[in-house]
Amino acid sequence: MSIRVEQVTKRFGAFTALDRLTVEAKGGELLALLGPSGSGKTTLLRIIAGLEHADEGVVRYEEEDVTGTHPRQRGVGFVFQHYALFRHMTVFDNIGFGMRIRKESRQVITQRVRELLHLVRLEGLENRFPAQLSGGQRQRVALARALAVQPKVLLLDEPFGALDAKVRQELRQWLRQLHDEVPITTIFVTHDQEEAFEVADRVVVMKSGRIEQVGSPQEVFDHPANPFVMDFLGHVNVFHGRVHDGKMVAGGIEFNAPENSANAPNATAYVRPHDVDLTRIPESTESIRVKILQINPAGAVARVRCYSEEFGITLQIDLSRDRYLALKPVAGEELFASPRHARIFSPKEDYSI
Amino acid sequence: MTEPARRGFSRSREPAWLKWLLIGIVYLIVVVLIIVPLLQVFSIALSAGWNAFVQKALVDPDSLHAMWMTFVVSSISVTINIFFGVALAWAVARFQFPGRTLLISMVDLPFAISPVAVGLMFMLLFGRQGFFGSTLEEWGIEIVFSTPGLILATTFVTLPFIARELIPVMEAIGPDEELAAITLGASGWQMFWLVTIPNIRWALLYGVILCTARAMGEFGAVSVLSGKIAGSTETMPLRVDKLFHEHDEPGAFAVASILTLFALMTLIAKAALEHWVLASIKKPDADEL
Repeated sequence: MSIRVEQVTKRFGAFTALDRLTVEAKGGELLALLGPSGSGKTTLLRIIAGLEHADEGVVRYEEEDVTGTHPRQRGVGFVFQHYALFRHMTVFDNIGFGMRIRKESRQVITQRVRELLHLVRLEGLENRFPAQLSGGQRQRVALARALAVQPKVLLLDEPFGALDAKVRQELRQWLRQLHDEVPITTIFVTHDQEEAFEVADRVVVMKSGRIEQVGSPQEVFDHPANPFVMDFLGHVNVFHGRVHDGKMVAGGIEFNAPENSANAPNATAYVRPHDVDLTRIPESTESIRVKILQINPAGAVARVRCYSEEFGITLQIDLSRDRYLALKPVAGEELFASPRHARIFSPKEDYSI
Repeated sequence: MTEPARRGFSRSREPAWLKWLLIGIVYLIVVVLIIVPLLQVFSIALSAGWNAFVQKALVDPDSLHAMWMTFVVSSISVTINIFFGVALAWAVARFQFPGRTLLISMVDLPFAISPVAVGLMFMLLFGRQGFFGSTLEEWGIEIVFSTPGLILATTFVTLPFIARELIPVMEAIGPDEELAAITLGASGWQMFWLVTIPNIRWALLYGVILCTARAMGEFGAVSVLSGKIAGSTETMPLRVDKLFHEHDEPGAFAVASILTLFALMTLIAKAALEHWVLASIKKPDADEL
């Protein structure tokens, strides 16, 4: 079932949480709402669930307008960040709660709870209380409980936010698999871009109650729509300069500006840490002389922090393991950094000048 | 007994004599102020012999009626306070509304006002010369010098107990479990009975016990409003007071000992509840994680 949110506005006092926002989740899609805290992503999710009322705008399930429908009647499965399991009920009773409310027979409930326990890989724990489970197990019980009422849409609010890194990683992959097995339209909220990219079919990047960009993880990562998205998706090195004759000029270096770029007196080049190479001798006239400040080689890439006197900025460079071993930089050494790829943004208002 | 020393301050810095001196003082205060008077009540009550005690406390019709009145007044007051307490805690813990903070501090007001002042206040409102007096008289409703007055005063004085117990518990639990129940299809009532009440049941029971103990012992406000009509509007504390002033010491202490016994029973119930809840919280150990 597709979900459409049209021109929704929500204010809390003087604070505008959502500002005439329109977004759609296609039927069977796994959509991520990604943004920093205060971007309105959780509010949007709660409005979709009916737990919060929009001041303006319409929420549609397929073509049906459900804006005024009580959350009880919406048929959503909602998973809370802190699980919200019924603490005085066993795992079995938690998962069976929705069916008990619907007056299903004991047999049907037992049968379905068994299936769900199998699905979330928690067989044998049905008589435990939530307090006797680990965080990851609790979140899977919460998911099973939401799925038990066969919801038309699954809404997850920072589902892995309260878990430690390893469990989070496992549950992400598991959620993706689960969605492939049980393809319910799913919307989940996260502030972790890695999580969004790994799990979602499409990502909605939000900021201050507005949508900055919508697209597949690949599209969003490779073609960020604006500086905010670029910056939010990971560390960037920023060079200030100007656009002139299709070139972005910053100090002694030049980047190719996007086609049809108008001249602009101030523009910004964003360079990802992995798009900078580090060499002992300058690769070209555009290489920047840098002084190595700090090296952290523990990880999939070696993270190098260095300072450019010419630009007065600290650069972050990610070297591949092989590159690092071949180069073996040491702190205090002077090397040359060569940006290979940059995204250029010039403020829109400057075009008119 | 080494537990208290290990918490807070380190043991090495505190000289042993200071520790034992302080503990000794505490015990002395407890013995002088609580244990001795308590034993005194029972010993004077029984000073005229067991038969006289039974006669004064359990056979005398006025004493029996006072016991009945205490039961009626405290059970109705506690029931009213259960509804009020749950409703108030719910409102305060789940919703933001203008005047919320004021409401929370208003709940504590009965703790701060002297019960005698409360009694006078109700007297001025509902008495014959009072603000609502003539209207109530027209409708034939009696409040002052009758049972409703006693219930009103007792309810007012014990108002904070249950609400005060529930507000922090409901705030700590948060609304998520209730919202989860709603999204799973529960109606408001189903949510309340299946999720809210089980979550607050221990706090509620604890509040009820404290509230009951206080309601049974209430004297000041009730004393102003009751008119102290023996066999009619006299509760146990009022009966004790009256017998004492009539120089019937064994009678006064006999009734007082029964009242004390009730209080001790609520205390034991409270201790048992605390023990029980603690045990049920500790039991689920997160093994095999």
